[in-house]
Amino acid sequence: MTLYRPTRRRFLGTSAASLAATGLFAPAVHAQARAIRVGYVTPQTGPLAAFAEVDDFIIEGVLQAVAGGIQSGSASYTIEVIKKDSQSNPNRAAEVARELIIDDEIDIMLVGNTPETTNPVSTICEIEEIPCISSLAPWQPWFIGRQGNPGDPASWTEFDYTYHAFWGLEDVIAVFTNMWNQLETNRSVGGLFPNDADGNAWGDANVGFPPPLAAGNFTLVDPGRYENLQDDFSAQISAFKDADCEIVTGVVLPPDFATFWTQAAQQGYRPKVASIGKAILFPSAVNAIGDAAQNLSSEVWWSNVHPFASSITGQSAGDVCTGFEQATGRQWTQPLGFVHALFEVLVDVLKRTDDIRDAQGVAATIAATDLQTIVGPIKWDGAGLPPFAQKNVTKTPLVGGQWRKGDDGNFRLVIVDNQTYPDIPVTGDMEAIA
Amino acid sequence: MIVLDTILQGVLLGGLYALFATGLSLIFGVMRLVNLAHGDFMVVGAFAVLIGVDALGLPILLAAVVAGVVMFGLGYLLQSLLLNRTLGKDILPPLLVTFGLSIILQNGMLEAFSADTQRLDFGALSSASVPLGGGLAVGVIPLMTFASAVLVILFLNWLFYRTELGRAFRATSDKPEIAQLMGIDNNRIFALAMALALVVVAIAGLYLGARATFDPLIGPSRLIFAFEAVIIGGLGSFWGTLAGGVILGLAQTVGAQISPEWQTLAGHVVFLVVLVLRPRGLFPRHVD
Repeated sequence: MTLYRPTRRRFLGTSAASLAATGLFAPAVHAQARAIRVGYVTPQTGPLAAFAEVDDFIIEGVLQAVAGGIQSGSASYTIEVIKKDSQSNPNRAAEVARELIIDDEIDIMLVGNTPETTNPVSTICEIEEIPCISSLAPWQPWFIGRQGNPGDPASWTEFDYTYHAFWGLEDVIAVFTNMWNQLETNRSVGGLFPNDADGNAWGDANVGFPPPLAAGNFTLVDPGRYENLQDDFSAQISAFKDADCEIVTGVVLPPDFATFWTQAAQQGYRPKVASIGKAILFPSAVNAIGDAAQNLSSEVWWSNVHPFASSITGQSAGDVCTGFEQATGRQWTQPLGFVHALFEVLVDVLKRTDDIRDAQGVAATIAATDLQTIVGPIKWDGAGLPPFAQKNVTKTPLVGGQWRKGDDGNFRLVIVDNQTYPDIPVTGDMEAIA
Repeated sequence: MIVLDTILQGVLLGGLYALFATGLSLIFGVMRLVNLAHGDFMVVGAFAVLIGVDALGLPILLAAVVAGVVMFGLGYLLQSLLLNRTLGKDILPPLLVTFGLSIILQNGMLEAFSADTQRLDFGALSSASVPLGGGLAVGVIPLMTFASAVLVILFLNWLFYRTELGRAFRATSDKPEIAQLMGIDNNRIFALAMALALVVVAIAGLYLGARATFDPLIGPSRLIFAFEAVIIGGLGSFWGTLAGGVILGLAQTVGAQISPEWQTLAGHVVFLVVLVLRPRGLFPRHVD
């Protein structure tokens, strides 16, 4: 039994409903029920704010494309997106996720932008039995990080309401080693792994970089985990110099990489290859490094030359990037494609589902997705995944790229390695750092 | 060679920490105010320089001078309009107000400058270094940082111990009530101290932005090193703050040489050891 508490919002809501029921304000589409409410948690403020920069552009575009409502089951619905700020804080993300579910009564949740956002939101959705589609976080931290005991694979369980689409650590390793193999080096690799979730995963002796590097005949020099936001990397630089590392890799925060790279130049250390995760994801961070950023390499999740198109608007990846650059006056970023893809999966699921108020049915519909999106095919078929993750995770293509300075003085991504997904065209050759 | 390199890098890093810490030391010394927004003001300083370079097209050092002047005014207004009202017997109100300021500054800068990573570009100088032979080299920017720290401290010492204003600073610091009886306007002295501190903060911001990249939210991460340098060196002593910065820098580079896991930890351990053995720091100015 629910008690009726006449708050202002409820009063207005029920009054409107009863007015509508009398036919005074009956909507044009007679079968139209209340809009489908979509919750979207995103780090609008805080250290992850750069990820959320694309949100408004994508959401406006998608809402415009489906403004006429979408047919779901026997009724036509409009979509309402309720966006809440996680403040880049996992606790806050969980709190707003709960608000969305309980106060805003959302039907389905979308979330992306690093494990700090996806994990708390997915976990709340799983508890509250709300279907949730997530992306923009490697699948290992998303799946394993949400387990009761991440250290014991036997205890890991599948999820019923939460589904994830992105790549994993094994893909980064494959892309990086493919790029390194393109060049003549002494195969000595220096590792910059911080003491955080990413750094510990990348540097892990069992599931991280060490085993595949050893198998690929590379020697890894790993001085040890450092704390984030350092002002000095002389210890790492001298270790890499001693071992004559011609390759540097790691998953580094943008300011730390700038500190390392500047200090390395001052100390006369210049590797041939620097393949770095995280630090050089955004063009603004690369432009800030300046000329020394030429030919830094990293994994590429998505780009303007990816040969995919939106299932909602039909726009190609290049069109979306150009549209974003024209609308905002800023360079496109990789989250652009993935946030768009989240909404593509949403619209597709809503179209295919019989009853959007039936959470279990919606979850089953998500699991049965087979969609060509702007980031590639999304289909939860378990391809390329260990058995425990096959139900909830699907992998998107990952290739390798280098940053090169364009004519306008801004750095742009050039795809230099597509061995992991040959459909994505290379747009340049792998070059050693001068 | 590695030993020598570690020491050199540690001392130079100490110069940066001393610059971070001097402004904090100054205002704590004069008015017992703990500024939790100190790190954010460094980022404000860095953005002020950036605006000078990007929007006004000034050469970077001239932009830094302009930023210094702007920060002087900002500091004076901040103290006279806001922080003076919070000073009193209770140390909590200024602490809370500066904590709030920190949040306002971070989000204000996020709104104004976006989350973009920025850098103060010294051009070819940023990667330039002076070779010392035997594979040793010291970066030009770290050298400039250290030299600036020494110059700032020389200037502040001259100001505090050789000028009338400095006498007023010290008098107000020792006994604000008596200083007032002698005709000193404490509020004005406090405002001038904050203005000076923010000039030093602007210089710290310049080198923060040149050594690495910065964004609106990076300030608090540097606050703890500034605090530790002040406490290690002893409250109220500028040379002590430099010594504190160098000790902290050395502890970090030596710790990192053992293992990068020890880098931050070694600094904290040295800080705690000093706190246990010499709770007033190594070179406290006076007993009170």
